[in-house]
Amino acid sequence: MNGVFEWEKPLVELERRIEELQAFTVKEGIDLSDEIATLERKAESLRRQIYASLTPWQRVMIARHKERPTTLDYIGLIFDEFFELHGDRAVREDAAMVGGIALLDGRPVTVIGPQKGRSTKENIRRNFGLPHPEGYRKAMRLMKQAEKFNRPVISLIDVVGAYPGIEAEERGQGVLIAESIRCMSALTVPTICVITGEGGSGGALAIGVGDRVLMLENAWYSVISPEMCAQILWRDTSRAAEAAKLLRLTAADLAEFGIVDEVIPEPLGGAHRDPEKVAAAMKEAIVRHLSALDGLSKDELLSARHEKYRKIGAYTVRTEDELVRLEEARAEAEAPGEEEVHTD
Amino acid sequence: MSKFRDIFRGRPKYVTVRSQSEEGQGSRRELPDGLWTKCEGCGTPIYHKDLAKNLFVCEKCGFHHQIGARDRIAQIVDDMDAFEEFDRELWPANPLQFPDYEKKTQADREKTGLSDAIMTGKGTVGGYPAVLIAFDFFFRGGSMGSVVGEKVTRAFERATEQRLPVIAFPASGGARMQEGIFSLMQMQKTAWAVETHSRAGLLYISVLTDPTLAGVYGSFAALGDIIIAEPKATVGFAGPSVITETIRRPIPPDLQSAETVFANGFIDRIVPRTELKAALTQLLRYHAPVHSQRV
Repeated sequence: MNGVFEWEKPLVELERRIEELQAFTVKEGIDLSDEIATLERKAESLRRQIYASLTPWQRVMIARHKERPTTLDYIGLIFDEFFELHGDRAVREDAAMVGGIALLDGRPVTVIGPQKGRSTKENIRRNFGLPHPEGYRKAMRLMKQAEKFNRPVISLIDVVGAYPGIEAEERGQGVLIAESIRCMSALTVPTICVITGEGGSGGALAIGVGDRVLMLENAWYSVISPEMCAQILWRDTSRAAEAAKLLRLTAADLAEFGIVDEVIPEPLGGAHRDPEKVAAAMKEAIVRHLSALDGLSKDELLSARHEKYRKIGAYTVRTEDELVRLEEARAEAEAPGEEEVHTD
Repeated sequence: MSKFRDIFRGRPKYVTVRSQSEEGQGSRRELPDGLWTKCEGCGTPIYHKDLAKNLFVCEKCGFHHQIGARDRIAQIVDDMDAFEEFDRELWPANPLQFPDYEKKTQADREKTGLSDAIMTGKGTVGGYPAVLIAFDFFFRGGSMGSVVGEKVTRAFERATEQRLPVIAFPASGGARMQEGIFSLMQMQKTAWAVETHSRAGLLYISVLTDPTLAGVYGSFAALGDIIIAEPKATVGFAGPSVITETIRRPIPPDLQSAETVFANGFIDRIVPRTELKAALTQLLRYHAPVHSQRV
C-alpha cells in the first residue's frame, strides 16, 4: 500500500472493504446500506483511536510523508499570486530555498521557505530541501527587500537542517545561519513563521525567528533530529522513536513550552489527506495574526519580539548561601537543593 | 546541533583531581611536583609545570591543549583575584525531564567546579576593562543550554550598559541536546544580545577555540567584529561525522581546521595562545575611545 503507514493499515483495509461493498451494491443492485453504515461507524471509531494517540515518532513520519504538501504547494493554495525571485547575488541560486513576492488577499507579502522535491529528479535539483549557505543568503536578501518595501514576511519552514556538506562548510554555513538569525531578529516588518513539516535545528531557526511562530499539528521542531539524538545516546539510529519522545518535539509540546504561539490542526491522518483544508486554516491564522501585528508601531513590534525571545530558557536560581553551602558540600557530591524553575 | 561525540575527548591525562584545599578553584590545573605528561600533539613527554607555564601549548610542536573556562580567563586577565564573576547563581534545570541529565551535570560540576559550561565576568586585559565569556569544554562538551545562553546574553547586556568591550572564547560542540528546543532558542537570544551591543558602537572580539561548532558557531561566535582563532582549532557548523554520513565519502581532514576556515575568509587572524593576550590588548587599545575605562 503506497504511502500508508503500518499503524494505518487496519483502517485502510476497512475503508477498502466499504468501497467494495458500495461497488457491489451498485453492480448487483442489492441494498447493503446497513452493513456499510456499520462498517463506516467502525472505521470512524478506528480512525479516532489511531490518530488520537499518535506517538511523537509517528508524527515525525507523517511530517516526512512523501505526499505531504511542500512549501510551493502551500504558497499556491494560500496566496492569490506568487512571483518567485531567485539568487543570492553573491555565489549562486539555491533551489532548496524558495522565495518571492505573493499576494495575501490582495496584500503584497514576502514569502520564503525551504523546498523539498517530489520526484527524484526534482529532489536532486533541490538537494532534498537542504539549503546551502546561498539559500540563507537569498532568504536574507528577500527579507531585507521586504523591510524596504514595508511588506510582512511569511516564512514556511520544512527543513531537516542546513546541508551537511563540504561546500556548505567551505562557504561558511555557520556564519550564514548566525547572520540570518540576526537579520530576522532585527526586521522592522511583521514576521510570521509556520513550521509546516520538519523543523530541524539551526537550519530551521535561521528562518524561524518571528513575531508569531505557528506550527502544524504533525510537524516537529527540535534542536536535533531523533535519529542523531539516538545515535548520540545509544549509537543506534534505529532507536529514533524513543529519542523522538525524549526530545519533546511535537507541536503540542512546543505550545506548552511557549515556543509556538498556535497549533494549526491537520485532518486525521495528516496534511496530505486534505491540503486545501490545511492551507485554508493556515491562511486564516496568518491573516488573523498579521492583523493583530498591523496595529503595532515598528518600536512596539521589535520590543514585543525581543521580550518574547529574551525570556526563553529554563534554569534554576541559587541563593548566595546555597552556592557557598554547595561548594562546601561538593566533595561529598551532595544533591542540589530546592529548585526554582523558570520556564517562560 | 551536530553530532559531536566523535570529537569528545576525556580530560587530558595530565589533569589531576583537585585536592580538598583547591575546592572552588574551578578547573585550574594545580599539579603535583614530579608529574610528566605526554603532549597530545606530538607525544613528547613534557614536565607538567613547563606545559602550564607555556599556557598548555607544547613547546615542541605547538599543540594547543584544551583548557577550562577558569584557566582561560586566568590567562587573559591582568589579575584573576580582581576578576568579578557574573551570574554564578544560574544553574541548569531539566525542562524536558531528560533521563540522567541531572546526574551528568552534577558529575561535570564536580569535575570542573562550574555550575554549567561557562564562566563570565569583568576584568582588565592589559589595563583595559572588558567583559569576558569563556566556555568550558569539560562540562558537557561546552554545549549551550539555557544557563550558557542566559549567561552569554547577560554578559553582553552588562557590557552594553557599562559601555565595555566583550571578548568571548567559545569551546563547544554546539547546542545542548538534553534541553531540546530551549537550547536551540539560545542561538537567537545570544545573537540578538551581540547585535544590541554592536548597535551601541562597542567592540566584540570572538576568539574561536577548539572546538567551535554547530549552534554556538551558528550564533554569537560567528558574529564578532573581529574573529580570531587559535591554531588548529576545529571550526564549523556540521559535525565531521554527520558530513561523512551525508555525502558518503571521506572529508578532507583539515576541512574545519581554523587554517582552512581562515583561508576561506571567515577568520580575521590566527593567533597562538602565547600571543593572544598581547593581540587582544592591542585591539582593545585601538578601540579604547569608545569604551568606558572605569573598572
